[in-house]
Amino acid sequence: MEGCMAFDKELNLEATELRLGLPGIKESEKQPSSTIKSNKRAFPNMDEKSCGSKDSSKASHAQKCNQEIASPSKAQVVGWPPVRSYRKNCFQAKTMEAEAAGVYLKVSMDGAPYLRKIDLKIYKGYPELLKALEDMFKFSMGEYSESEGYNNGSEFVPTYEDKDGDWMLVGDVPWDMFISSCKRLRIMKGSEARGLGCAV
Amino acid sequence: MNYFPDEVLEHVFDFLTSHRDRNAVSLVCSLWYRVERFSRQRVFIGNCYAISPEKLIKRFPGLKSLTLKGKHHFADFNLVPYDWGGYVQPWIEALAKSRIGLEELRLKRMVVSDESLELLSRSFANFKALVLVSCEGFTTDGLAAIAANCRFLRELDLQENEIDDHSGHWLSCFPDSCTSLTSLNFACLKGEINSASLERLVARSPNLRSLRLNRSVPLETLQKILVQAPLLVDLGTGSYVHDPDSETYNKLKTTILTCKSIRNLSGFLEVDPRCLPAIFPICLNLTYLNLSYAAGIHGSELIKLIRRCAKLQRLWILDCIGDKGLEVVASTCNELQELRVFPSDPLGIGHDAVTEYGLVAISIGCPKLHSLLYFCQQMTNAALITVARNCPNFIRFRLCILDPTKPDAVTMQPLDDGFGAIVQSCKFLRRLSLTGLLTDQVFRYIGMYAEQLEMLSVAFAGNSDKGMLYVLNGCKKLRKLEIMDCPFGNGALLSDAGKYETMRSLWMSSCEITLSGCKTLAKMMPRLNVEIINEHDQMEICPEDDGQRVGKLYLYRTLVGPRKDAPEFVWNL
Repeated sequence: MEGCMAFDKELNLEATELRLGLPGIKESEKQPSSTIKSNKRAFPNMDEKSCGSKDSSKASHAQKCNQEIASPSKAQVVGWPPVRSYRKNCFQAKTMEAEAAGVYLKVSMDGAPYLRKIDLKIYKGYPELLKALEDMFKFSMGEYSESEGYNNGSEFVPTYEDKDGDWMLVGDVPWDMFISSCKRLRIMKGSEARGLGCAV
Repeated sequence: MNYFPDEVLEHVFDFLTSHRDRNAVSLVCSLWYRVERFSRQRVFIGNCYAISPEKLIKRFPGLKSLTLKGKHHFADFNLVPYDWGGYVQPWIEALAKSRIGLEELRLKRMVVSDESLELLSRSFANFKALVLVSCEGFTTDGLAAIAANCRFLRELDLQENEIDDHSGHWLSCFPDSCTSLTSLNFACLKGEINSASLERLVARSPNLRSLRLNRSVPLETLQKILVQAPLLVDLGTGSYVHDPDSETYNKLKTTILTCKSIRNLSGFLEVDPRCLPAIFPICLNLTYLNLSYAAGIHGSELIKLIRRCAKLQRLWILDCIGDKGLEVVASTCNELQELRVFPSDPLGIGHDAVTEYGLVAISIGCPKLHSLLYFCQQMTNAALITVARNCPNFIRFRLCILDPTKPDAVTMQPLDDGFGAIVQSCKFLRRLSLTGLLTDQVFRYIGMYAEQLEMLSVAFAGNSDKGMLYVLNGCKKLRKLEIMDCPFGNGALLSDAGKYETMRSLWMSSCEITLSGCKTLAKMMPRLNVEIINEHDQMEICPEDDGQRVGKLYLYRTLVGPRKDAPEFVWNL
């Protein structure tokens, strides 16, 4: 545990820690997590025991350190709320599904008079999506490569607007990340796509 | 009574169905003990480590039905490490070696392996019923063995288990000659099953009365199954999603009209609310409705459905029903006896949750209510006092405020008086769970008034040892006490060591007790197993440092001493 404590001090994690405290709990009640022998858990402190029951018997220094570093998305105490883990797991799965559910997006193509809409969810990956776009708008975009984007002398390049409002080249990020961050698609004219990975 | 032949005594004892009655009868005299033990067929063991399989077999050679519970209740909430124990294997091995003609096995919170299931399926020719609740450690291969080998299987009931799903072929392992099924519940399985196999199985099971499907079973299959099983009493749907304009859906609507026997409805793990109207015709017959996994049904659709269920006695629902929805329940379901409201967002504080308003409305509209599990955003003393007055018949009252130390939402006071009113008014209260800002005072009320209390669950409550002492001294019928994160220490723990032999178990985690207190207790009470669950790295906790606080204490009475299968991180003192 000493190694972990030293690590903590170096990074001064406590000062930079993001914490969602539940209302009514004073910060002063927080127990310093380096106290091994104390078992007092000030709700909603994330303490070293929150590793989950499967791992806890083999909890290693490294794991505890990771726990300190990982920013909790919601403050949780192991054992609270008293909901069966089976139920919790069911609902976690459902939330994840709901977030990825039926994604209808607008697709525009430079020069085309009107937009189209596609459901991203029906495609299993980039090849299928790109083929569908090619069929829909009757064009070809060439092969994707990480270094050069879409080459093969293609006139058009598939791009998308992500959650942050930035225009990105389709294909750079893993598929799952893409469907959760993509807001709309735009088949951009090659000349405008300079800088988005198009070989000129 | 000495002049009655044993057969007469036995015949009289036959009328005693409850375990407690039979246990009591066996204590009257050695004759009664003898007659009772030879005629006993059903045994309930609330803690698998309290007794050994060998002793069980010796005492009850006529055993046919065994119920076993393994891990402590808090294992449900991840407080008990994965390999803590609770293995069913030694029980099945011992029973298999003996001449016991086991017919039913019910397990809760136990570790069950495929090997165990295989051995079970091969060892008892007359095996009829397997019920597994919150168990883990097995796969669908184990289920395949049960299906294939238990020729007279009537009941296979899997509730909320963690099962490794290898494939759907286990269902096909029921031989064509198997026609005895009355109850099949595989709702907790995550994988695909073969629809055709399922349809054939249902078709050859004329006695099927209870069927709960998993998510993978599509609506088309549901419709075909219902055609084959019009006498079904208990139905759990699988995927309830379809185009409401389709022929399949219309067929379902017609088929459901023939299912006049359905009284229990659950499932809807995946649901398109537009398909709900198909079940409207049977709503009036329902006595049990479980929509607690139907996250896809919201507010107004939920209410439309419940308005039709006037005869409900048991309702399990998500808190997205809201206070308004509970008002509808209150005005519609006047026969309601049991209500469970689960959080739809267990990992956070959702905006959809219910409050004290919903509970008060229920207490007004449902005077027969005796069992409650209520996850809510907030509560007030005034509401609890009103509920206590309206519903004096509570047997089980479990309130869970999602923020566990929240005070009365209006007065900002502790909720002591509210719970005090509950225990004072509900003279038959057997089970109680408390949350909210609570001081020692609430425990004083409990000790004073909760005379029938058998199980108490407490978290983040109390100020001092006095709290726990009030309960230990006052609740004469207490059997299970489970405490997390309360400031109770050695003083409370050691005040009445003998009390623990009158109880099944005590759990204390994240309290103020120390190793020294636990060691003292263990020394005083040899017939208790005092187990410390020590999850920290072994090197950090020094067994000699008696002053350190104990993270998790689990103690239970036992006739067979410390268990031999305890893992490294469990210390038996």
